[in-house]
This record gives sequence, structure tokens and C-alpha cells, in this order.
Amino acid sequence: MWQIFHKLGSPKWFFGIASKLMPWLLWVGLSLLAAGIVWGLGFAPKDYLQGNSYRIIFIHVPAALLAQSVYMMMAVAGLVTLVWRMKLADVFVRAVAPVGAILTFLALFTGAVWGKPTWGTWWIWDARLTSMLILLFLYFGVMALGAAISDEKSSARAVAVLVLVGVVNIPIIKYSVEWWNTLHQPATFKLTEKPSMPAEMWVPLLLSVLGLYLIFGWLACLRMQTEILVREGRTRWVKELVQARGN
Amino acid sequence: MHPIRKKRLTIVLFLLAGVSVAVGLTTYALRQNINLFYDPSQIAEGEAPVDVRIRAGGMVEEGSVRRDPESLRVEFKVTDFTSSVLMEYTGILPDLFAEGQGVVAMGRLDGQGRFVADQVLAKHDENYMSPEVNEALEKAAGKRAAMSGAESESAVSY
Repeated sequence: MWQIFHKLGSPKWFFGIASKLMPWLLWVGLSLLAAGIVWGLGFAPKDYLQGNSYRIIFIHVPAALLAQSVYMMMAVAGLVTLVWRMKLADVFVRAVAPVGAILTFLALFTGAVWGKPTWGTWWIWDARLTSMLILLFLYFGVMALGAAISDEKSSARAVAVLVLVGVVNIPIIKYSVEWWNTLHQPATFKLTEKPSMPAEMWVPLLLSVLGLYLIFGWLACLRMQTEILVREGRTRWVKELVQARGN
Repeated sequence: MHPIRKKRLTIVLFLLAGVSVAVGLTTYALRQNINLFYDPSQIAEGEAPVDVRIRAGGMVEEGSVRRDPESLRVEFKVTDFTSSVLMEYTGILPDLFAEGQGVVAMGRLDGQGRFVADQVLAKHDENYMSPEVNEALEKAAGKRAAMSGAESESAVSY
């Protein structure tokens, strides 16, 4: 088991595996997302109360879910960086932080667009919205701190500590709607109960969530490959790879 | 596991536990500030300050909405099914405002336990339904209500 773990740490090995995985991730992800979005926006029934405006859920929920998952993945990578000093874990954190920031922004933005007609306001400082905004700032913080320290090793450690400290925000986002009074509604989907939504609505939602996760996987691989090429530019295998592609 | 890695792992876990405890205690201490609104029970128990801008929220009680025919003034009761508070608001209500739906209002409590709102927001719940299903449900509920209404009417003697 440890052998696989250490192999994972090798940038060269990862580079090869990622190249094989990427087309699958991209095309399966794109088709799932397209199916979910088209079904959700075009064919799913209206909501009895909100009419058509609820359809923003097909973008809002996947973005918000993935924004939090990305942070959790970054936290695991941060732990690996601190304990095992694995370079690839830091590469992952650097590669996905901007993606997470964009997803968080998308969740906040679509939420605001939906909130205006539904609640009557774009923004309210309730626990869910505020903790999500903190998540956005955490992503910005990770990006800024990483860019501010030029030494690769100390930069990796500093970023990992920040990511791990920020991870307390994730359960706060998740349970904010249960622990406190908020304007944001509680979760429609719970692991233990049936969703309080008909299948014609949650099946397309599930498709777009899965699709977005796969596309994220593709994007993470792509950005990690780029980061590896930049960092390992002096090694022999990268030089050989570049030469082989160049010819 | 290598002893150095074990040591690092312990340090990281301590860091995580420490941060969680600190944030947990802080949010617990600030819970009243983090709560977006007071619910009617808290207002009934006098927990909410009088004549200070606060938010109050709950369900609009069925059959409690009274509109002033001359102006945009509207009065309704907001309940959490244990207590209720009378709200007064002048202005345009959000589309989702309806009896049996949640609202969060911003305003002041006057001395008589009446809440004078200057902003009313609709609170959506986590339930989604297609209009057809809702219609069917309402029809069924209407039938049941009509039946029980007929029974109680016949039981009442004038």
C-alpha cells in the first residue's frame, strides 16, 4: 500500500496517468453536465411556488457542493504536504485553489440572482451566506500566500497550514442552516432521508453535479500537469517529453 | 510510519483540534449574533429588545393576513407554532409571501408586543414540487377539509 502511495508522489508517474485519464474525465463529465443542464433547464417541471426561477439550482447546487469538496480535497493535500512532504500534494493545492475560488463565486452569484426575486434581497448577512463568503476569502488567501513566498518548500508549508486552519469553515457552512436561524433554507438532500424534491428534478441535478465533479477532475489534472512542467522543467524526463512532442 | 512523520501528524492534529475548539467556543458565545432573527417564542419570552432594530421570523399564520384596502399597509401574525407575534408592514411584499410560508422581517418591537416591520423577506423552505402535484395535494386537502367541515357543522346545534 505504501508503495502506491509513494508512487503517487512521483510527478513523472502522475503525469502519465493523468494524460490517460483526462479524455475520459472531460468527455464523460461534459456529456453528464450537458444532459443535466438541458434536462433541468428545459424539461424538468416548474416549482409550484417559485415557478421557473428555481431552475438556477441546477447551477447553484453543483457549484456550491464542489466549492466545498475542493476545499476538503485541498485540506487532505495540505495534511499530506505537512506530514509526508510530498511535492505533488502541494502541486494539487496550487492547481485547484483558483478553480475553487471561481466555483465559490459562482455559487454566491447564482444565489444572489435567485435571492432577489425569491427572498426579496440580493444579499443578507446570514450564517450560510457569510460562511460561504469566508470560503471565497480563504481561497484568495491561499492563492495570495502561495504567491507571496518564493521559496518552494516554505511556501508549500505555509499554504498547507493556512488550508488546514481554514478547514473548520467547511462544517460551519454545512451546518450553518441547522445551528442558527438563517434566511437560507436547509438542505434539500440528506444522506439518510429521501430528497424533498420529485425525481424529475433531482435526477437532472444529480447528473449535473456528477458532470461538474468529473470536469473538475479533468481541469485539476490539466492544471497539475502544467504546474509539474514548470517546476520540473530542469529534469531529464520533462526535457525528453518536450522534445518528443516538439518533433 | 516513520517517527518524524508521526510527530508531524500529531502536531497537525493538535493544530486542527485547537482551531476547532477555538472557533467552536467563539461561535457558541456569539450564537445570538449569528442567529439571523428572533423567533416568536423568544419575543414572547422577552428575549428580544424593545424599540431596537431587529429581525423577527417565522411562518405567516393561516388566515391572519389583513390588508388595508386604502393603502399598502398589511397586518399578519407570524408563528413558530408555540407563540405568535403580530406584524405590521407598509410596502410591497415579495412574490413568495403567502399564508403558511416563512418570512423574515426587519423592524422594531413596540411596547405592546407588536412588530413594526420596514422590510419583509420571504424565506423559502427546502421542499420543491411540481405544480400538478401541489394541485392534487391541495384538492385532496380541500376534500378532507370540506368533509370535516360538514361533520362539524352538523354537530353544532344552534
